[in-house]
Amino acid sequence: MKQQTLLIIFAVLMAAIPFIPGIPPFWIVLLNNIGLAALVAMGLVLLTGVGGLTSFGQAAFCGFGAYTTAVLTTAYGVSPWLTLPLSLLVSGIAAVFLGIITVRLSGHYLPLGTIAWGIGLFYLFSKLEFLGRNDGISGIPPLSIGNFKMLDPGTIYYAIWIGVLVSALLTMNLLDSRTGRAIRALRRGHVAGEAFGVQTPRAKLLVFVYAAVLAGLSGWLYAHFQRAANPTPFGAHAGIEYLFIAVVGGAGYVWGAVLGAGIVVILKEILQSYLPYVFGGQSQLETIVFGILLVVLLQLAPTGVWPWLMARLPLKPARKEPDTSLPLAKRERAPASAAVLLQIEKARKQFGGVIAVNDVSFNVGAREIVALIGPNGAGKSTTFNLITGVLTTTGGTISVLGHKVDNAPPQEVVKLGVARTFQHVKLVPDMTVLENVAIGAHLRGSAGAISSMFRLDRADEAKLLAEAARQIERVGLGDQIDQLAGSLSLGQQRIVEIARALCVDPMLLLLDEPAAGLRHMEKQRLAALLRQLRDGGMSVLLVEHDMGFVMDLADRIVVLDFGTKIAEGTPAAIKTNPDVIKAYLGATA
Amino acid sequence: MNTTIMLFLLQDGITNGAIYALLGLALVLVFAVTRVILIPQGEFVTFGALSYAVLATGKVPGTAWLALAMGATAFALDLFDARRSLRLKRVLRSLALNIALPAAILALTYGLAGPKTPIAVNIALSLLIVAAIGLFLYRIAFQPLAHTSVLVLLISSVGCHLALQGLGLVFFGAEGLRGPALSNAALTIGPLRFTGQSLAVYGLTIAFIVALWLFFGFTLTGKALRATAVNRLGARLVGIRTTLSGQIAFLLAALIGAISGILIVPITTLYYDTGFLIGLKGFIAAIIGGLVSYPLTAVAALLVGSVEAFSSFYASNFKEVIVFTLILPVLVLRSLAAPAVEEEKD
Repeated sequence: MKQQTLLIIFAVLMAAIPFIPGIPPFWIVLLNNIGLAALVAMGLVLLTGVGGLTSFGQAAFCGFGAYTTAVLTTAYGVSPWLTLPLSLLVSGIAAVFLGIITVRLSGHYLPLGTIAWGIGLFYLFSKLEFLGRNDGISGIPPLSIGNFKMLDPGTIYYAIWIGVLVSALLTMNLLDSRTGRAIRALRRGHVAGEAFGVQTPRAKLLVFVYAAVLAGLSGWLYAHFQRAANPTPFGAHAGIEYLFIAVVGGAGYVWGAVLGAGIVVILKEILQSYLPYVFGGQSQLETIVFGILLVVLLQLAPTGVWPWLMARLPLKPARKEPDTSLPLAKRERAPASAAVLLQIEKARKQFGGVIAVNDVSFNVGAREIVALIGPNGAGKSTTFNLITGVLTTTGGTISVLGHKVDNAPPQEVVKLGVARTFQHVKLVPDMTVLENVAIGAHLRGSAGAISSMFRLDRADEAKLLAEAARQIERVGLGDQIDQLAGSLSLGQQRIVEIARALCVDPMLLLLDEPAAGLRHMEKQRLAALLRQLRDGGMSVLLVEHDMGFVMDLADRIVVLDFGTKIAEGTPAAIKTNPDVIKAYLGATA
Repeated sequence: MNTTIMLFLLQDGITNGAIYALLGLALVLVFAVTRVILIPQGEFVTFGALSYAVLATGKVPGTAWLALAMGATAFALDLFDARRSLRLKRVLRSLALNIALPAAILALTYGLAGPKTPIAVNIALSLLIVAAIGLFLYRIAFQPLAHTSVLVLLISSVGCHLALQGLGLVFFGAEGLRGPALSNAALTIGPLRFTGQSLAVYGLTIAFIVALWLFFGFTLTGKALRATAVNRLGARLVGIRTTLSGQIAFLLAALIGAISGILIVPITTLYYDTGFLIGLKGFIAAIIGGLVSYPLTAVAALLVGSVEAFSSFYASNFKEVIVFTLILPVLVLRSLAAPAVEEEKD
């Protein structure tokens, strides 16, 4: 069954629930609470599960949404529908401020930082006079359409669940797009994405603001559902609860948020209503049992319930078959047709007292395959990182086509037509080969987050995927196009990295140990591909340990040892160079 | 403002700050060794403080029974994990640690508890009880998850916090409690009066900082703990028992928490849920210290305590807002100073 069909069935089912004869109104209230929690958790799915940014502060953004509409509707008599964009805007602006500070933090600083400002904002809500201090604001008008007021839970139910379904749809659209791929690559570190032009801090800020706006929507709905707003539901405990809704449901899955909200809200309700009967009156028992159940659940299903459920249902994702005939415009090239593509002059890199690259100079010309060899620790990968802007040089100059690169960030270097692979494969394992490779074409597309959410990016997207599919065919992995990158062998993953680099439409390809882990036949196929690329006008600079492969393929070889260039020349000359033999074998043979 | 008020506020701030420093140290310790952000640290504080307060009235606190119950659970988990290779020696060792130990503590508590029990005995009993709880908490909630991501550990940590806080309400009730002071001695320097209690706070804090610094810098066990923190697999390969490292970290954290609690419960009334907020202020200090540096954490904690004292005097309504917002400029500085390090995580 197609995803759209399932979505429509789900929407119809949800729409029908209030019409079930004799359904207790209380159930509708529960469903409303589930919807409100699901909205916040959905933002967290994107932020935490997909983007890898843990936030405990989402409840505070609900607070921004709720208090904005509460103040405007009660004190200034503004219509609730007018306050909707304003609520979202206030949450969004707050997120921009907090995001600029927070998203750059790495690892554990981020969750701890969000706890801190989450609590700070909670106390601010509860102390400010115009927000009604601890009592909050009551008498918020209900949502209304014409004269019809959404007073009972069964009517605002539709507003909430339309919000949930639309948000889910927009979120899934966003994830399945150019921007979405950049977001999904965030969790695996920033180096790979940046090498293909992804502005990592901007992508992080985007998901942060997106999650905050969803929380703001939830807060706005909450205010008009409860018709009151007080600080309690926007405190630290609520923030923690939203996060574990996302984790329980399955932190990487949009529908996991809805499922998790259902599980947690219903579980809490059951515990609150039945535990006192079982244990006789102890009121706080539900938090104890709830906490214990949470620990147990995590031990049984650490990835959440949704993926566990999906693995047991006979649902196969639709195979993506990009139309490979769609042309993607070539990258804009500098008009120069210089003979020297890459010029490295006295490049130097020091890490404290260690000189990793010591005044190394060499060139890569047009239509040339140059190999960079040397024993382990010779500074080959460091040189790559200097060229691609991952590391900044301590001295010397690196120029591409006569333009000094001068420690430009990786995103700028790739724009010059320099694409690379990594020694330690940097693919997103839970994305398909096609999606991974399409990240390479990031700079050749233009669709942004908003147009992706509303599916206005499809023409742009189809071209990107077509290009990715063509490059996958080219490197000979056409059969694996739909597999998850993490399921391929390491050798194949290296080839996927080459396809991704080719999607840049590069002039110069930097390959870091491309043949490692390949079988003999695969190496020959790779060598043939590289020769074909060279004959097509591309230059290749490669680091490789397989001497047979290098000697057979390279036009020229540069040898590094302990960060210093010790030799340069044709394969034949290098083979007999005494310094090289000494560096590799330890003594003149 | 006159100098006397300022000195009073500073003294108050330093006393509170010392407690936050202790908690910050414990949090850094646990995070560094197990990657767990220990939200239930606050519960160790309240459990320690309130157990002490209950013992002082001559009654046996419910936490002693909790330790036994958690021990029994840990024993059951041990049996289940070892179900394919049940050897008598293994079972006996688990039985001794998980059942005999908490049972002995419980028996000891019943034997010694009474209205005339000396303060030192009550303190020792509370520390024993809470330390056992800390040990079993690691076994039950974190050891099975040791290989998972920081996020999953964090959520598990939240679950523990909720459960323990709920249990705190069951054991100690909603009313706040105070405990007797460790000593009634006092000393006056200029306008300031130093009670024996506050001097004990300062002394113990400094002692712990020095001890942790020595332990991690100069002992083999300390270095093994740090190695576990950096790379579990690597540590196991060189023969470090990573499970033991986790147990030691939790044991120490529980002890530090309980001591902090016993130190403050004569000064302020503690409720079953006070620990959470106190623990969070320890967090702020720990974050300022970068979760790695003990001396920096201690300095930061004193700063947090002082800011709290001054803002409660000048803007008492916004005290918590100011303390928790203190984190923002620090985060800005940290993010400006932090190099963009590549992280590989799942």
